[in-house]
Amino acid sequence: MMDFEVVELGPTDHPEPGEEAPEFTRPLVTDEFWEDRTLSELVGESDGTTVLVFTPMTGSFLAKYIWDELTERNWDERAGRVVGVTASTPYGIKRFLGDNDYPFAFFADPSNRVAESYGIEHELDGMTGISEPRAAFFALDDAGTIEGAWVATNWPHFPDYDELETELGLE
Amino acid sequence: MSETTDPPITFYRLQGCPFCERVTRLLKEYDLEYRSRFVEPMHSERNVVKRVAGVRTVPVVVDDNTGVTMAESANIVDYLESTYGEGDRPDAAAAGAGGDD
Repeated sequence: MMDFEVVELGPTDHPEPGEEAPEFTRPLVTDEFWEDRTLSELVGESDGTTVLVFTPMTGSFLAKYIWDELTERNWDERAGRVVGVTASTPYGIKRFLGDNDYPFAFFADPSNRVAESYGIEHELDGMTGISEPRAAFFALDDAGTIEGAWVATNWPHFPDYDELETELGLE
Repeated sequence: MSETTDPPITFYRLQGCPFCERVTRLLKEYDLEYRSRFVEPMHSERNVVKRVAGVRTVPVVVDDNTGVTMAESANIVDYLESTYGEGDRPDAAAAGAGGDD
């Protein structure tokens, strides 16, 4: 541990297991194009659990560390669908996907309103006017009901990935 | 969660491309449901467009109603007018206002 206090982000009011995941529509960015998709469409297409992964903006080391870890752990094969949500633009996400070989797609939410609707927004000190998601994970069943959730409470804060996989029901 | 059906028309487009906007106007005018797929500004990176249409230019429209895949805005405009414009064809002035190629 560090010998000084890390930034506490405080409590959140995010949806808990048993609740329905808030619906949204945003451009879903792949390495080839982006197009509007709804969360419910993705959940409907997914064969098994859909995992929503909120990260700070692409470009930050926090996003890279999380997606490197999920790629390393083969989450793309262990869940029905894993999809990112971040406050980057489609162009920024496209570049992130181009620089990294991730088997995942990302929702672009530059307004950060999706994170707000999940109660996990974070105002960045020293970047006036910019809000982004906390690191957060939500596992959804095939009806869109939340089965497992983890939300960062510090800054920075990474999960214990073994415990997280248990919480989210990933085998 | 609710089932959704895919719109029959897929529209490959580039942000800020006037030829694409010309097609957008007509799709909206005919009240056609479509999905927009925004592609990269870099011509060399538009592999998805090359794959579906054989070219790397946009706009490209893929219409599952008719099985037609078409590139080039003038061709697409002609196609949309002849396919969906019967009896509701925009007058010459409106069509002319959209032309910029």
